[in-house]
Amino acid sequence: MIPILFRSLGELFQALLVIFAAPLFLGWINTWRAWLGNRKAAGVLQPYRDLVKLMNKEAVLAYGASPLFRLAPYVVFGSMGLAAGLVPTVSTDLPFGPAADAIALVGIFALARVFMALGAMDIGTPFGDIGARREMMIAFLAEPATMMVLFTASLISHSTSLSTIAETLGTHHFTLYPSLVFATTSFFLIILAENARIPIDNPGTHLELTMIHEAMLLEYSGRHLALMEWGSAVKLLVYFSIGISFFIPWGITPVLSKEEVLKAFVLLFLKLALLGPLLAVLESLLAKLRLFRAPEFLAAAYLLAVIAFLSHFILEV
Amino acid sequence: MSPHASNLGIEMVNLLGAFLLLLAFAMLAARRTLSLIRFFAMQGFFLSASIFIVAFLSGETNLYYSALFTFALKVILLPYILKELTLRLDIQRDIETLVNVPVTMILGIGIVVFSFSLAAPISEAASTVTRSLIGVGLACVLLSFLAMITRKKAMTQIIGFLAMENGLLFSATNATYGMPMVVELGIALDVLIGSIIFGIFFFQIRETFESLDLKFFEKLKEE
Repeated sequence: MIPILFRSLGELFQALLVIFAAPLFLGWINTWRAWLGNRKAAGVLQPYRDLVKLMNKEAVLAYGASPLFRLAPYVVFGSMGLAAGLVPTVSTDLPFGPAADAIALVGIFALARVFMALGAMDIGTPFGDIGARREMMIAFLAEPATMMVLFTASLISHSTSLSTIAETLGTHHFTLYPSLVFATTSFFLIILAENARIPIDNPGTHLELTMIHEAMLLEYSGRHLALMEWGSAVKLLVYFSIGISFFIPWGITPVLSKEEVLKAFVLLFLKLALLGPLLAVLESLLAKLRLFRAPEFLAAAYLLAVIAFLSHFILEV
Repeated sequence: MSPHASNLGIEMVNLLGAFLLLLAFAMLAARRTLSLIRFFAMQGFFLSASIFIVAFLSGETNLYYSALFTFALKVILLPYILKELTLRLDIQRDIETLVNVPVTMILGIGIVVFSFSLAAPISEAASTVTRSLIGVGLACVLLSFLAMITRKKAMTQIIGFLAMENGLLFSATNATYGMPMVVELGIALDVLIGSIIFGIFFFQIRETFESLDLKFFEKLKEE
């Protein structure tokens, strides 16, 4: 029996890994986007440089900003850090795992989103206001789809705990689950929508009237902006980790031995190294949707998730 | 055949059935005639693949012919005819729908639930290896029906009609290992001749009304 302290340290290490690797993953995606757009890439470490630069700058507060505005970046980053610790990325042996299951995780994301939107509305500029409203619209359409995907995975493994899901799907003998095929597709659409990626929002611009995520960050500066940006990067990686632990969980280890952890670590690295370019290719191929077409996009995600849910009952029992 | 291989076969058929259902939804959401035809061809492909696997699992030689026939007709011939028609009639623009797409999708989910629950007792009675797929076939039929009634133009309605036949064939294969060969050939020929006649009809309709919109049919009566 491994002492609880050691296992807790394992979970802490895992959370820190996700938090500190998140800008690297973002840099990797941006590099690929630059290459595909026939541009010279700024390097995979560019997000770290940006964060360091922002951390050293003075944080300016708008006139009339309430404490909520100052609190929001910390809440956002804190919830993302918490989420990073709850998702099994390297090991499913998470001593704090039972405290929050998949549904609570969705709640944590919702908390961060609400604070981000309130912070954006706090100053009273029209841009922040519009961004916050749009973000909430996307979120309320994406959330049911997320829940259905989580329920589908829970139905197969008979548990809503993320560790149990990853363990069940990763260790049993290989079966083709039609429901998981649908759930994967749906979840990919959700990743795009929730992380302000291209068919819904363009992460590379501050200059469009159609921006969603960036509009909410316009009033932030210095360390506050750094935390917000870093939080978004962590969120992207956490979503990808959830996807990996549900749909391609092979390699995530239930035991904390040296070789197993090393193997899991290498496999995780490989999976992310492949998924990053996939996202970049998709983003380069697609055009941004009109905002009023976004509900259609998310209705498709919800539909796929519901079909996944139903096909579990009809095809797999 | 080893039980493991047959298990994998059944899983494959299930997966193909799921794709068939997905494509039925894609057809509901499609906005352009040419992409609608492409979805139809893909559906035909998955259908023939699933018939082929069922033939392999059950050992019915008839079904191999059926799979081959479906492939030739639904993946190559009909999509070709439809594409030619679309290009010649110059109707590849956006399809007009009567109900907007998200609402149609939600209706579609309702239809899937309905047909799954309707098919559950029928599946109990069937004795084939892939009986759980009867519900999927039924859902495909009803979804194609929905695609037919929510579209205005004659072209999209005929594609909906053809897709309905896909769902029918899929249900038949999975419920009773296919209809008798004579019946199947008869239906296939009907569909082929039907689509040719419709092709001629389209030109006539357009010449008379200068549009393929079926609402003009209502004004046919003399007043």
